[in-house]
Amino acid sequence: MSDFETKIEIRHLYKIFGETPGLMMEKVREGISKDQLNDEFNHVLGLHDINMKIPEKGIQVVMGLSGSGKSTLIRHINRLIEPTAGEILVDGENVMDMGPDALKNFRRNRASMVFQKFALLPHRTVLENTQYGLEIQGISEKDSNKRARHWIERVGLSGYEENYPAQLSGGMQQRVGLARALATDADILLMDEAFSALDPLIRTDMQNILLDLQQELHKTIVFITHDLEEALRIGDQIAILRDGKVVQQGTPERIVLKPKDDYIADFTKDINRGRVIKLKTIMSTPNDQAGPELSGDMLVEDAAQLVTESPSSQARVVDADGAVVGCVTIQDLIRAMARPDIESRLEEL
Amino acid sequence: MNWLVEFPELGRGDLRDLRKGIDEGFKNFTRTYGESIEGFFDPLLQFLIGLEKLLLAMPWPVFIALVCVLGWLASRSVKIVIGTAISFFLIGFLGMWEDTMSTVSIIMVSTMVCIGLGLPIGILMSRSDRAQAVVTPILDVMQTIPSFVYLIPVVMMLGIGKVPGLISVVIYALPPMIRLTNLGIRLVDKEVLEAADAFGASAWQKLWQVQVPLALPNIFAGVNQTIMMSLAMVVIASMIGVTGLGQPVLKAISNQYLAMGLLNGLAIVALAIIFDRISQSYGKRLQSYRGGHNE
Repeated sequence: MSDFETKIEIRHLYKIFGETPGLMMEKVREGISKDQLNDEFNHVLGLHDINMKIPEKGIQVVMGLSGSGKSTLIRHINRLIEPTAGEILVDGENVMDMGPDALKNFRRNRASMVFQKFALLPHRTVLENTQYGLEIQGISEKDSNKRARHWIERVGLSGYEENYPAQLSGGMQQRVGLARALATDADILLMDEAFSALDPLIRTDMQNILLDLQQELHKTIVFITHDLEEALRIGDQIAILRDGKVVQQGTPERIVLKPKDDYIADFTKDINRGRVIKLKTIMSTPNDQAGPELSGDMLVEDAAQLVTESPSSQARVVDADGAVVGCVTIQDLIRAMARPDIESRLEEL
Repeated sequence: MNWLVEFPELGRGDLRDLRKGIDEGFKNFTRTYGESIEGFFDPLLQFLIGLEKLLLAMPWPVFIALVCVLGWLASRSVKIVIGTAISFFLIGFLGMWEDTMSTVSIIMVSTMVCIGLGLPIGILMSRSDRAQAVVTPILDVMQTIPSFVYLIPVVMMLGIGKVPGLISVVIYALPPMIRLTNLGIRLVDKEVLEAADAFGASAWQKLWQVQVPLALPNIFAGVNQTIMMSLAMVVIASMIGVTGLGQPVLKAISNQYLAMGLLNGLAIVALAIIFDRISQSYGKRLQSYRGGHNE
């Protein structure tokens, strides 16, 4: 998928932690390894030549295990962390060139953030927390009150306006965090492991809320997670980060079907592929067999049920305009869902 | 080997000259600037006198009612209000009303001065490690130096009276206010501060919308400590002419009047307990939002 407008472009971004990152930068450019930098010079290479194009109105997931640099990366987008080298272009404007006032305005109006540990103001009610960004923007109490109530309702917290964060469960607190971020009307939403601290059921709930809202709001979302299931579920684009480097970027399907190396293959092998792969990816050329007409964007898992019930055991795949573009048989679907390593497992038996 | 046994100290004459030099220097300083320094503190003196007059002119039931209302607003505790009313009634009944009013007025003024000085200094300290490095040793000196020692220069400069008394009370009672303000602000959750940054808060917005409100419980503990230490200083300050409950205590010490000393001492204790309970329960109420589910 390269047919998108780029909203945020990250170019050659480096971050080195330590006493003299500027000096170390030379050595990194000369090709010193992360371990060598750590052992010999006592500096940590946090991010190593990150290049990324983040689609406008899409959800870009950055996935990686702890220590991979993903939280460091997202904090560069609104410059909570200063880079050692590189640039970040938002709508073509380099965030790194912004002066203090421009940066403040950027954070107030163009990029808002949701945090892993919620980071709500404990001395303020749900309503006052949601108003926080608006208050900083200097919006009148009357307006901000109205807008905050609207967003509280949208995240399903009506009736809790006067409660304090400590009186709410984790899931509810993060809804406040989401409402606070949405209330500023920024078109970029940065979500740093926003759902990682929540129970699995609540996490799925929150993912649904986010996806529902996104259907209508079309924000540019950068979503950090360590959970591949979550990444595949909500990402339009996924970048996998390891040791401060991007290992692979692409659509969820691409990551699952064509893992770039063993590291990623290892990650993806336990994934339910039926929930990631779309019909248009596996369809073959159309034939004249009858069958239900299914959208090319339908997931394999959803199609399986319908195709099983069809007498011909196959379905016709149609595009957005309703024209038939291909067909899938029940065998295609089963093959798509099967784990790629099944043969090696049979040998083990 | 004589130098090992005998400490290589300054000669007697030199030492005397050194002390004399310091004394003379300070005396000259006082002679030159004493009056303008006195003039500088004059508004404070007028305020203190005015407040004392007001409290003394106020009919006693009005005063007790006022304190009870304030106590109720701050603590929402019937027990504290009743205890306050009984204590003040007993104090008046035992003939210590006027001295108590003087003490209350000097405590009020010194607390106001301590908050007025301590809050900004504490905030400054919390924002700059360098300021903290400079102020901390000064606070250490203020807290450990025997209070009689700094009474000397204060009296040399301003003579005996209310203002020097007030200054010595403030020197003694100010450090906890500064320390706890600094501590409270430094202890504010880093993640909440990061969120404030992420939403584009200016330094000023961060200070007043996030740091100070979240530090309030600690700041209030500082106010409480300041009040307690001012009360403790009342007896010593009475040595340099501060009127109030300290003076009868002082008189009782020099004349061995047991009952007089005890009664006035207990009145100070009663004031301390009242102020402490009221300000502490107010401090606790400030933190009510930290509580869990209480719908």
